[in-house]
Amino acid sequence: MSQAVVDAMSRPAVARGFRLQWEAAQNAHVLLYPEGMIKLNTSAGEILKRCDGATTIADITSDLERAFATSDLSADVIRFVTFAVEKKWLQIPS
Amino acid sequence: MAANPVVNAPAKPVNTPAKPGPPLWLLLELTYRCPLHCVFCYNPTDFASTAAELGTDDWLRVLRQARALGAVQLGLSGGEPLTRDDLEPIVAEAHRLGFYTNLITSGVGLNDARLHALKEAGLDHIQLSFQDSTQQMNDFLSSTRTFDLKSTVAALIKQYDYPMVLNVVLHRLNIDHVEEILEMALRLGADYVELANTQYYGWAWHNREQLLPSRAQVERAEQTMKRFRERVGSRMQIYFVVPDYFERRPKPCMNGLGSIFLTIAPDGTALPCHAARMLPGLKFPNVRDAGIEDIWYGSASFNHFRGDAWMKEPCRSCPEKTRDFGGCRCQAYLMTGDAANADPVCDLSPYHHLVTEAVARAERPAVEVPRLGPEEKPLVFRSARNSSRLFPK
Repeated sequence: MSQAVVDAMSRPAVARGFRLQWEAAQNAHVLLYPEGMIKLNTSAGEILKRCDGATTIADITSDLERAFATSDLSADVIRFVTFAVEKKWLQIPS
Repeated sequence: MAANPVVNAPAKPVNTPAKPGPPLWLLLELTYRCPLHCVFCYNPTDFASTAAELGTDDWLRVLRQARALGAVQLGLSGGEPLTRDDLEPIVAEAHRLGFYTNLITSGVGLNDARLHALKEAGLDHIQLSFQDSTQQMNDFLSSTRTFDLKSTVAALIKQYDYPMVLNVVLHRLNIDHVEEILEMALRLGADYVELANTQYYGWAWHNREQLLPSRAQVERAEQTMKRFRERVGSRMQIYFVVPDYFERRPKPCMNGLGSIFLTIAPDGTALPCHAARMLPGLKFPNVRDAGIEDIWYGSASFNHFRGDAWMKEPCRSCPEKTRDFGGCRCQAYLMTGDAANADPVCDLSPYHHLVTEAVARAERPAVEVPRLGPEEKPLVFRSARNSSRLFPK
């Protein structure tokens, strides 16, 4: 199976079988999957919650830059999304 | 946040962490009723004499209280959870509360109508058990005619767009069929296969001499599994749970009792592990009498094995105690008679010879189906009748 290429126009979505949610008890976003859980750090949580399968990485990046009053996040976002796709947390609908 | 009773508790053992984390993993054993009679079941052998099952409202209360504490993964198991006709409302409430819901099932009782209702209720995930790759062996090991039904259920699970997760418990009588088991999983379109070597509690402990494979069998199975994994790549993920009897260090059982895992048994008994009811001297609380917060943070039995104040040598001074927590308390109790001893799987345990001797006995030649001659102890199938026979009133 070939890996989808992640670029600015990709529209990543949380993969089937995974669920992202905020856990007050852990003060963190977590990614739930069959019989397991990944506790996310702040930046991972902020990126993943914007991955709705409709928004492009370019738009996710600008939204993050606006929300956190910063710039040049593009490479970081693509690096993380690529990592999350490899981990099968995210999928890129073709 | 609600008050934590442990914080104000007097005379706390020095090495107990100030506040344990929440019970992230909640396992509800909804019932001990099961249409299967598997020889390797970890349920207690005296299950026939346990008190009445909790009602729907009790289970819903447990869900709400545990979720409020931060529980997030939910296992629905048993016995066979589908024998309860309130499984759907239980799943629906769990989903509404934000649990990730896992159904752990033999498949018996899962038809189109029920799976449709469970999907509507928000069920996230299904793990389906098989006992072996052929009808003959599956049906022998479970003492039922269920193989064809399970194959039908597997197709139904795919039809409802669930990832197909197969669990096969391995032991002496089926471990040589790993290749055939994996071929079957591939044919059924499984996404994940868990080859779980038997852990020896409950019925499996009772049948251990007939179930423990030889070292050569385990090594062959692992090689077969690795070759198969290379062949199929990411199409089907294969997990191989290594049998601890063949290791030199124990498993970090439950990540330490009372650290993340909470089981509620069918009669409402709260346990830090599904086998822990056997541990002597501990009075485990019941959800009929106490709330989950009191049980998890405040009860003596849940606090007993937290930290390392309970440990004996060689664990107490061992640098590895923070990694494996001394292994499994139930295994220590079953094999040495003292739950505070090191898990005898550890080769630093003075009782390690009990494990190596059991492994040595398993070197006898394997037979396809055990003969029931006078020299061979018969397999005892998990059933209410056998349970009552083992533990007469």
